[in-house]
Amino acid sequence: MKQRLVQLEVLRYNPDTDSEASFQRYEVVCQDEWVVLDALNKVKESIDPTLNYRWSCHMAVCGSCGMMINGEPKLACHAFLRDYEGVIRIEPLAHFPIERDLVTAPDDFMEKLKRVKPYLIPQQKRSLDEGENRQTPAQLMKFRQYSMCINCMLCYAACPEYGLTPKFIGPAALTLAHRYNQDSRDAGRAERQEVAATHEGVWECTFVGACSEVCPAHVDPASALQQMKISSSIDWLKEHLMPWGSK
Amino acid sequence: METISTDVAIIGAGGAGLRAAIALAETDPTLRIALISKVYPMRSHTCAAEGGAAGVIKPDDSFDFHFHDTVGGGDWLSDQDCVEYFVKEAPKELLQLEHWGCPWNRAADGSVAVRPFGGMKKQRTWFAADKSGFHILHTLFQTSLQFPSITRYDEYFALDLLVDDGRCQGVTAMEMRSGQLRQFHAKAVIIAGGGAGRMFPFSTNGAIKTGDGMAMAYRAGAPLKDMEFIQYHPTGLPNTGSLLTEACRGEGGILVNKHGRRYLQDYGMGPETPVGQPQLKTMELGPRDRLSQAYWHELQKGNTVSTQWGECVLLDMRHLGERKIHERLPLVQELAASYLGVDIVREPVPIRPVVHYMMGGISTNTRAATPLPGLFAAGECACVSLNGANRLGSNSLVELLVFGRSAALSAIEHIQGLPAADTAALNARAEETQMRIRELFSRSDGTESMSGLRKEMMDTMEKNVGIYRNEEGLQEGVAKIHELRERYRRVILTDKTNVFNTDLFQVLELGSMLDCAEAVTVGALARKESRGAHQRLDHVERDDKNYLRHTMVYRQGQEAPRVDYLDVVITKSPPGVRDYSGDHK
Repeated sequence: MKQRLVQLEVLRYNPDTDSEASFQRYEVVCQDEWVVLDALNKVKESIDPTLNYRWSCHMAVCGSCGMMINGEPKLACHAFLRDYEGVIRIEPLAHFPIERDLVTAPDDFMEKLKRVKPYLIPQQKRSLDEGENRQTPAQLMKFRQYSMCINCMLCYAACPEYGLTPKFIGPAALTLAHRYNQDSRDAGRAERQEVAATHEGVWECTFVGACSEVCPAHVDPASALQQMKISSSIDWLKEHLMPWGSK
Repeated sequence: METISTDVAIIGAGGAGLRAAIALAETDPTLRIALISKVYPMRSHTCAAEGGAAGVIKPDDSFDFHFHDTVGGGDWLSDQDCVEYFVKEAPKELLQLEHWGCPWNRAADGSVAVRPFGGMKKQRTWFAADKSGFHILHTLFQTSLQFPSITRYDEYFALDLLVDDGRCQGVTAMEMRSGQLRQFHAKAVIIAGGGAGRMFPFSTNGAIKTGDGMAMAYRAGAPLKDMEFIQYHPTGLPNTGSLLTEACRGEGGILVNKHGRRYLQDYGMGPETPVGQPQLKTMELGPRDRLSQAYWHELQKGNTVSTQWGECVLLDMRHLGERKIHERLPLVQELAASYLGVDIVREPVPIRPVVHYMMGGISTNTRAATPLPGLFAAGECACVSLNGANRLGSNSLVELLVFGRSAALSAIEHIQGLPAADTAALNARAEETQMRIRELFSRSDGTESMSGLRKEMMDTMEKNVGIYRNEEGLQEGVAKIHELRERYRRVILTDKTNVFNTDLFQVLELGSMLDCAEAVTVGALARKESRGAHQRLDHVERDDKNYLRHTMVYRQGQEAPRVDYLDVVITKSPPGVRDYSGDHK
């Protein structure tokens, strides 16, 4: 199997001992087919046990290992060494406070996720005896893509608007609101609009589309936000120009 | 040390922990619930389950069919009262998830779609593409957000159970962000901490699957049951060990050796079925233990394909066509392409068996209660004896729902009319945790590296407790794990700072895994028969006279553990022959 010598430049910061963050250089021999996470694991195992980062599944589904790799938000388990030349610079996910080294604090995202009520709000609670809700494959396809979000927060690190305006609810949380709005079993859109249709919500989005470019799960949050804007506009028109339309 | 008082503390926020939390919150909104996990809930390993969840829903199926598939699949080591309860609860739980918004695949008429799975006589596996576990986990997590009585303690590393007056009354945990210790005083504790597949070097399990919950219960005196039964999933990617779901075969994928022969027909799972027309309970839809064992025999015969990642067999899905692959197996397609560079639409993918699941765990009954009062357990960390000696694919996602809920209801029952806690006694217990951690930080005579010990443990498990085992290898395994546990007392903590110290967590996780490894090796040595996933070259037959019973391992500190047995509960299916030949009846 082909091997390569990989140079990593990793941002280090320990609030216990450091006044500021600084880069540390590591050199490790890696297999050609490895991902950046494998290289970090080798550093931790054989060079520096004090290096800290999150990871678990190694298959791009748990969403733990988001970090900036050469300035781009990536899952370390899905960033292939073969795609990089020269020194690879690794930093914690942008727009989130650093806890330590590559570990950031996701509190803001967790709070925002909760605010958009990302759960089914049915018209009427159904008992188990009534069996399943019928939902056709076509109805499923209306929201399925938006249900694939792994909460890795790469889209927040990529979003220039979130960087400038931290109160912005942001791509992933809004997309999950949209996911439930689009579900044929749901009747909770009006409740979610209280957060989603405000200036902290979809109207803060300037449609740069960086969120969709970095999404490892191909969720396309930009399209979700665009659809939400359109339907919010229709709400407004109905309410203000055609008052009879909202009846 | 700060004390947090709660009614029920749950350790682990994956599928079982979240299901338990929601059941507690729904049943009694006045209960205070502490949901403690070393990771944010959506990082839990439930997310990696792919194929689906089994529950009887279609008119041609019955509880009895699901019961017999499970009991036979488990080689009659399942407790049959447990299986009877499980098959009846399964469809309710899956429906409940549907009502909570889980995006199950649908048939054209809008009803829930089901797919075939290994060892199942009928199609009864509900699925959400090949990301079923992911969707179950996120549906549960998102649903849990609406209950104000669930207080989450994300990234709190649970350390020791607090036991006083013969009852479990709480747990100590470290807030990972600050390194500060907390004690949770609780009237009941539910462990939902997952398995310990990371004891092995080649595993589908995420890094977090280190058996902390199992080890915590074991240290507190609860027995670990049937730990020798380790499931190898037959189809893992040969380099990363990532899982390629059984649904690959459910949808019609075939397994061939280097001669292009569908070799499963040579191991009692024939005759060959037509390509692209999978038949239930035979050939590629046989049970996981048999398929993984067939690989081992092919390896001995020199029939495997040599690849740069070692010896493999081939999983061929080309005949499914691009459209079906994209619709039903998108994750598999993506995993094979990015990690192996194989396009499954055009080429067969090399695969080999990989450690996947532990049938054993903390001994529980159908109520999810352990023998330690006040302690309940559910999910992979528990051994409720649903899966016996070999779990059928798509039973575990349902297991964590059924018994997560069961644990919650039992905990509520337990806390009625409990005497008040002796706070001073609990504080004293918590001090012991503090001393243990402090000793690790101040240890000056450390000689052993964490990664060195961990590697030796993994190598030992792979070499001595793999798909096939024998007396000599198991004795060596037992001795080696004993030695490693001894050497672990001199492990070096390199990083002595407080904030998010993953060096510390890895040292603690290694301790958990060594405890689990002890129970696995000792149990395997003591069981002198072959049953399900426990295959011995020196005792090739199943021995119902001596071993139709569960292995119970009790920890004895640094000494060798005590092994005891518990009879299997048989209600209606006497031990019989596992028949996966397609021409039966």
